[in-house]
Amino acid sequence: MEKDDKQRIMLEKVLKEHNYQESALLEILHRAQEIYGYLDKDLMMDISGSLNLPPSHVYGVVTFYSFFKLRKSGEHVVTGCLGTACYVRGVEQIMEAIEQEFKLKRGGSTADGKLSLLLTRCIGACAMAPNIVVDDEVIGKATKEVVTQKIREVLGGVKAET
Amino acid sequence: MEKECKVARTGCIGTCSVGPAVLVEPGDYLYQSVTPDKVREIVRDHIVLGLPVKDMLYKNEAYFQKQHRLVLRNAGKIDPSRIQDYISAGGYSALAKCLATMTPQGVIYEVVTSGLRGRGGAGFPTGQKWSLVARSHNTPKYIVANLDEGDPGVFANRTLAEADPHAIIEGMLIAAYAIGAEKGYIYIRSEYPLAIQTLQKAIAQAKAMSLLGEKILETSFKFDLELRFGAGAFVAGEETAILASVEGRRAMPRPRPPYPANSGLWQKPTLIQNVETLANIPLIVQNGGHWFSKTGTPKCTGTKCFSLTGKISNPGLIEVPMGITLREVVFDIGGGVPDGKKFKAVLVGGPSGGCLPETLLEIPIDYDSLTKVGAIMGSGGIVVIDEDSCMVDTARFFTEFCVDESCGKCTPCRAGLARLKEVFDKITHGQGEMSDIATLEKSGVYIRDASLCGLGQTAPNPVITTLRYFKDEYVKHIVEKQCVAGKCFKTRDEEELE
Ligand SMILES: Cc1cc2nc3c(=O)[nH]c(=O)nc-3n(C[C@H](O)[C@H](O)[C@H](O)COP(=O)(O)O)c2cc1C
Repeated sequence: MEKDDKQRIMLEKVLKEHNYQESALLEILHRAQEIYGYLDKDLMMDISGSLNLPPSHVYGVVTFYSFFKLRKSGEHVVTGCLGTACYVRGVEQIMEAIEQEFKLKRGGSTADGKLSLLLTRCIGACAMAPNIVVDDEVIGKATKEVVTQKIREVLGGVKAET
Repeated sequence: MEKECKVARTGCIGTCSVGPAVLVEPGDYLYQSVTPDKVREIVRDHIVLGLPVKDMLYKNEAYFQKQHRLVLRNAGKIDPSRIQDYISAGGYSALAKCLATMTPQGVIYEVVTSGLRGRGGAGFPTGQKWSLVARSHNTPKYIVANLDEGDPGVFANRTLAEADPHAIIEGMLIAAYAIGAEKGYIYIRSEYPLAIQTLQKAIAQAKAMSLLGEKILETSFKFDLELRFGAGAFVAGEETAILASVEGRRAMPRPRPPYPANSGLWQKPTLIQNVETLANIPLIVQNGGHWFSKTGTPKCTGTKCFSLTGKISNPGLIEVPMGITLREVVFDIGGGVPDGKKFKAVLVGGPSGGCLPETLLEIPIDYDSLTKVGAIMGSGGIVVIDEDSCMVDTARFFTEFCVDESCGKCTPCRAGLARLKEVFDKITHGQGEMSDIATLEKSGVYIRDASLCGLGQTAPNPVITTLRYFKDEYVKHIVEKQCVAGKCFKTRDEEELE
């Protein structure tokens, strides 16, 4: 409860900074996602009320842009770069290896909620392709072995099943 | 013995394959793949004794020889977090010159004379666009700098913002003076946290020195600048979509006219310009449009930054004069294909560019030549593909990208691209028929001709060019159920297993 209040205060500050302008909706959503981790229905209703925008407008914007998340992600997040350079340099094989070893599908999370596997279209580090981001750390010139090892490490020694 | 040596952080030098890189001046000594141990050696031998450590130096001279750095003039040379560095390198003197000695019309005249064309893809003459906005009496006017860089495989705008943010800001200020705008936005994709930070800092420093805000350089000129963040939508880079996004709405393109120059942000005249275009402006003002027009080709002046990636020995960010051939870029600068593999194709212009075969490598890089062979300049992506890649699968990959990124507003793009993808799935799963080739060709042309915005209009390019230049691979897939690269024809079971 206390944590919720703190988050709401932070959101209010952001809204105020932007003068409750509807044109700042994207900036506000970005900051709201930083504060809450994801944008659920209550939060979208709250923002639509504060900016005096129809809820459908806010929901429409949130679902249009792939950066906004409607659901909580796993404790650890692995993001595969699907940019052209990464594709040409074989990111697909690495993604498949991750899916297989950690038993999850791209766009989803493991059953225990510890790990999510997301996709991005390009992080702009194309000269280092293929790139995989493990919890904010970019692994360039990635290989299956290095990436799965790194994921095992961040998961805290979860045993790999073969 | 004591020596003073300044250690500075700079933006990217562009030699991404051999990072981390360290540049020692004077003399432009570039060290490659530096580690903490190697730093010790460099300090001991080079800095203290004055003996460059030869075997650690970057050896690939050709990489820089054929380049011509105008936009990236300061990249790797100045500390982007210090406005003083930019000013010492001559920064903001072009703005000062404009405000002190030039009329807005005079500035536009120089930009027209320079022949500069937009670097964001379409290649529209920049000076002409400025005249259109300047002529409008409707106020206020706005400027939007496009740093959405949605093309996967491209990072030139990111590097520019991280290495020389003030060049973008100065370009915007000069544009604002010329067209009479008082407010500008830089629309930047949120995938670029370092570029965002660098720009935020640069804007704050410029404000503190009265280079932004009211009474700029003690004149009556005022201009205010804000950042706006993208949220992962390729189409948001399109010029009418970016307006919707800056206004806080879904980034859906709309039909033109009205053009943004007449009716843009909040229905006011708006100049939308790519950041690389803007970074050229201070040079044009400083040295004159005529000086600028001497680089490149007569119809396509200046330089262009390219992100060179894929199966290439020296990936990185390069800047070359317009008119250089693709072969020079791929082989002389890029060093060709590594690991003894064979070159197969080069993809020019991003996911909606064209896949060009070796026989077309002699064409000069300029807007018109590229369009003629089915590619586009786009935002300057050059991806090299070797014999390990399947051209059918490559075209499928790009089609899938465009299906995902289609905003859904117009039917040719939304439904047409989805149809293309279905056909590709059929072919790559071994169920293709010869009639599929005609379907791809015909639908590709329909989508190109009937779509509302540039996304749909260019999305079929990879399909059309691979069919034009690599048709044999399609036929092999369909008739012999063979993929030269061994990528396709996994059964559904095999896919599950992987
Ligand atoms: C789908 C699509 C995506 C685009 N993405 C970008 C982009 O990321 N950056 C950019 O500068 N221009 C992009 N453009 C081109 C812009 O519409 C516009 O032409 C450009 O920003 C104008 O600036 P310029 O004249 O300086 O090139 C895109 C166009 C389309 C159709």
